[in-house]
Amino acid sequence: MAYNFKEEMKKQNRLASGHRMCAGCGAPVAVNAVLRGLHEGDHAVIGAATGCLEVSTFMYPYTAWKDSFIHTAFECAGATVAGAEAAYKSLKKQGKLPEDYNTKFIAFGGDGGTYDIGLQSLSGAMERGHDMVYVCYDNGAYMNTGIQRSSATPRFADTTTSPAGKVVPGKQQKRKDLTEVIANHHIPYVAQTAAINNFSDITTKAEKAIYTEGGAFLNVLAPCPRGWGYNTEDLMQINKLAVDTCYWPLYEVVDGVYHITYKPANKLPVAEFLKPQRRFKHIFAPGNEWMIEELQKEVDERWQRLLELEEITNKTQNKENGGE
Amino acid sequence: MSIRERLSGNEAVANAMRQINPDVVAAFPITPSTEIPQYFSTFVNNGQVDTEFVPVESEHSAMSACIGASSAGARVMTATSANGLSLMWEMLYIASSLRLPIVMSCVNRAVSGPLNIHNDHSDSMGARDSGWIQLYGETNQEAYDNILMAIRIAEHKDIQLPVMNCYDGFITSHSIENIELIEDDKVKAFVGTRKPEHYLLNKDEQIAVGPLDVQPFLFEHKFQQARAMRKAKEVIREVQKEFYEMTGRKYDLIEEYKMEDAEYAIVVLNSTAGTSKEAVDRLREQGIKAGLIKPRVYRPFPGEEIANALKNVKAVAVLDKADGLNAVGGPLFTDTTSAMLVNNITSPKAVSYIYGIGGRDVRVEDIEAVYKDLQEVANEDKVTDVYRYLGLKGGRD
Repeated sequence: MAYNFKEEMKKQNRLASGHRMCAGCGAPVAVNAVLRGLHEGDHAVIGAATGCLEVSTFMYPYTAWKDSFIHTAFECAGATVAGAEAAYKSLKKQGKLPEDYNTKFIAFGGDGGTYDIGLQSLSGAMERGHDMVYVCYDNGAYMNTGIQRSSATPRFADTTTSPAGKVVPGKQQKRKDLTEVIANHHIPYVAQTAAINNFSDITTKAEKAIYTEGGAFLNVLAPCPRGWGYNTEDLMQINKLAVDTCYWPLYEVVDGVYHITYKPANKLPVAEFLKPQRRFKHIFAPGNEWMIEELQKEVDERWQRLLELEEITNKTQNKENGGE
Repeated sequence: MSIRERLSGNEAVANAMRQINPDVVAAFPITPSTEIPQYFSTFVNNGQVDTEFVPVESEHSAMSACIGASSAGARVMTATSANGLSLMWEMLYIASSLRLPIVMSCVNRAVSGPLNIHNDHSDSMGARDSGWIQLYGETNQEAYDNILMAIRIAEHKDIQLPVMNCYDGFITSHSIENIELIEDDKVKAFVGTRKPEHYLLNKDEQIAVGPLDVQPFLFEHKFQQARAMRKAKEVIREVQKEFYEMTGRKYDLIEEYKMEDAEYAIVVLNSTAGTSKEAVDRLREQGIKAGLIKPRVYRPFPGEEIANALKNVKAVAVLDKADGLNAVGGPLFTDTTSAMLVNNITSPKAVSYIYGIGGRDVRVEDIEAVYKDLQEVANEDKVTDVYRYLGLKGGRD
């Protein structure tokens, strides 16, 4: 069924308000947009890696999660939820659960718990093909411990372990492309998304991910007002700029075939995305123009590569289908 | 009729797992426990069990998946050794704090480093305070019997704690011994099915597991864990009694061998207890009143039982197959001596022996030498050399 914003907004949030996430944080917005992908009446077991999302939503004796929820540690949301899914498969097979039980398994982790310390656990869970969705809410640094750099942090960003110093101007390394890493696990569904416009991109992809049998992965951009240094009310604008500059392309990989789900008619310069963020303030100082140029080059190269991947994989698919 | 077989320790344990038919097994291979997931995956792929086998990519993920599955409501088992247990460390504490009745065989092996694949107890001893119940088995039979009882102990409504089934790598895991297996239907009846009160897969009751738990409540939650561990002594005995009624094999928290009139005692875990019994017999023939205590359960620690069994001895040697690296003695030694003190058993002289590190062989003669040493220790006014080594080459300087 086509995405209907008004209908979607009638759904009750599965992550209740009253949690302790910051105003202007992209994560809870992303979580609720993803969970709207669940069909009403379907039961979900949701896991989270240690991080902002976990500590702010489940502080004993309160929980903001309306579904069954589990948190164990930082680096193992993938394996933990995979274990719950294995239990479901086993109990269902043995007739130990009612037949009409339809449980879905979703894990959330920040970029720290996903790109870095939890990469192995995620990779294992995806490779083994558990029927689950792993959702990374990528805010590009270890925000929970106070904005330390991660492998998702963009080049030149100022973080507390890659400070913009007098000699070294912020993070020196390029960010890891985790969506591509997971796409190369050859699982049925991988997508990169963000909460923009009417949330149709993120919720539609979440629904596909949740209801595709086997392993699925969503990488969601989740800006952090504390770490990125933007005004809390600008969250949606930041998301939009990330997408319109092609810093964060929206695409999906379905059974190995790439589909870019949004191609900006007017691709904006990356500086438009960087400018409102305090973490990039130093690169706008006179003499540092080269940094913006470098970042622009990186964004352009990645975007070009993505366009090519789309072309190549669709061509291959057409051939397989007996096309030209 | 029970089934007489000849099996290695690992085969026996894998067979027990087949009989238990757990809902989920998540495991990663590591010597010398590897055979367990190997045998077990054969049972899975031949349709002999209903288990979902999760061949994880590490031991950290093994324990994480076990936690996820157990929280979901499944009966869950796994196995590991040494560095595998080390990699699980973080998750061991989480499993016990979430009160999950996971049963894991720990096939004892030296923890790196340097790398060594042979038997000592540095792995499970390092995890002794992780909130897991720890059972230790001398023989293949005990490894098999313990794992069956472990399910009942772990899932008891007043306990709800994970259980580690420890037995010696290679010595027990790979040696073939005669063993008496229990019929499948009897095992099935004995272990029953897990009936969790709260679990993730209950659609009618949404629960949240593993909170951020800070100053207002963590203390109380830890107290509840400690209370369950104390209560476990009683529950273990109840389960052992029921097991005895089924099999005729009688177990207790500790095993005492010729302790009634013993003047010199050794306290030792696992397979070395077998070696030591032979030494006791030989010494008894020479008129030396030797005796042996083998704790069958290390957590909860049967301190009172061990102390009482020692009350009439002149000297005791506590043998540890893991060095305490604490300038005091091995872990079993420090636990034993503090139990003696708090139970007012202060007349026996006590010494610590570190032995068998990294699989160093321990022969009957070595144990006899310890009893001989004890005859001297008993005559000392104050024991000057408490922290000793058995079978160490090249002296101690």
